[in-house]
Amino acid sequence: MVTIQNLHKAFGHNQVLNGVDLDIKEGGIFAVLGPNGSGKTTLIKSILGMVIFDKGSIEVLGNNIKKNADYRRQIDYLPQIANFPSNLKVKELVKMIKDLRGKASEEEKLIKLFGLQPFMDKKLGNLSGGTKQKVNIVLAFMFNSALIILDEPTTGLDPVSLIRLKALIQEEKKKGKTILITSHIMSFVEEMADEIVFLLEGTIYFKGSIQELKDTTEQTDFEHAIASILNQNHA
Amino acid sequence: MLKILKYSFFDLMRSRWSYVYFSFYLLLSFVLLFLNNDLSKAIITLMNVIIVLVPLIGSIFGIMYYYNSREFTELLLAQPLKRSSIFLGQYLGVALSLSMSLVLGLGIPFGFYGLFKSNIIWDFALLLITGTFLTLIFSALAFSMGLNNENKIKGFGYAILLWLFMAIIYDGVFLMSLIMFEDYPLDKLSLVGIMLNPIDLSRTLILLTLDISALLGYTGAVFKQFFGTNLGLLISFAMLSVWVVVPIWRITYKSKKKDF
Repeated sequence: MVTIQNLHKAFGHNQVLNGVDLDIKEGGIFAVLGPNGSGKTTLIKSILGMVIFDKGSIEVLGNNIKKNADYRRQIDYLPQIANFPSNLKVKELVKMIKDLRGKASEEEKLIKLFGLQPFMDKKLGNLSGGTKQKVNIVLAFMFNSALIILDEPTTGLDPVSLIRLKALIQEEKKKGKTILITSHIMSFVEEMADEIVFLLEGTIYFKGSIQELKDTTEQTDFEHAIASILNQNHA
Repeated sequence: MLKILKYSFFDLMRSRWSYVYFSFYLLLSFVLLFLNNDLSKAIITLMNVIIVLVPLIGSIFGIMYYYNSREFTELLLAQPLKRSSIFLGQYLGVALSLSMSLVLGLGIPFGFYGLFKSNIIWDFALLLITGTFLTLIFSALAFSMGLNNENKIKGFGYAILLWLFMAIIYDGVFLMSLIMFEDYPLDKLSLVGIMLNPIDLSRTLILLTLDISALLGYTGAVFKQFFGTNLGLLISFAMLSVWVVVPIWRITYKSKKKDF
């Protein structure tokens, strides 16, 4: 699905990604973890072509992403911070994105699921953070794409919406889609992820299932297992 | 690109500032025509305003729109669109809506005052054409300033400085150099000097077609010989086009290498 080879990226003197090799197979939920500044978002943005990497190569569904922008048709992306043009109405935004993609979408169902009907005629600048995030989620899930990338999807959501989001992600997984998630909420990751990728100082420190991580670190608890990786490294 | 252009254009058409800009020109030309009741005098006064104001507004609007639509841009970058078409679409949206305010704001009052029956329609068209060129040039320069500077204040500062340089400082330096080297033949040099600044070029172009070049003495005669001919006009427009194309090329080049 996604093949990353020897990926390097530096912002000025700050080497963020330092030779990342990653192969993500089709189907399942992958969580990218790591401490702050470990390069999670940079990795995701490189896959999306928003960050221009210095060295290495990325292939999505067999297409080298440097060649053209069309592969993004196969990707649904949920950005970390929901930034929208503030003078646009929710309805207009949804319509515009649909128009730009030129692809069938199923936004009605999602709007109902997150109870966004009363907000459709409101301007995006007047929405609360949580409501914006819901709009963000609707935009990310409305095109039935094969690869879904979620950057901190739980930010600002109330418990009810969080449960709905989890159900939605599981449903997409059942359809055989590949879902790539970054999150700081360990319980969320433990509940959702089939496989985790742990980034540390710009390289992949661990890749495998949660059980494997627990075994290698000799911890019974996922959160402690992660903490032990970090402690070992800083000791 | 056309879709982005469409959305940017309609977004701007809904903004209050486009109407303020449009009404300003509308009011200005109505007042001028009302006061001196002479189309060709009104054109000269308008030229003096346009030559300074259009680049300023183009720079400010361009840079403001670039920074304000950053969020929109990030949203678009994750869509299956080419980078260059995102930025060019936004740029053209700004430039075209500004040009439209200019052309309509000036065109409507002059139309009412019987422009189409008069013989200065070509002079007026030239005023609108150079105004549009200046809008295209300075909003493109502002966009490339924005792409170069992550920091809003810096980008804004550079765009204004560039305007200040082109509109005022350049003339000063140019004049000083002419005075310093007055013992040498300067016709060619001053011709080239004018060609290199789009604001000066537009001003000279309009002044000379308005046939008031007699006021400019010997130099005026030399310029008239050049700008008055079809070849001179052609070269001037070619030069203005270069001023549009180079910043646009920079926008596409820079946008391909930028991280978001």
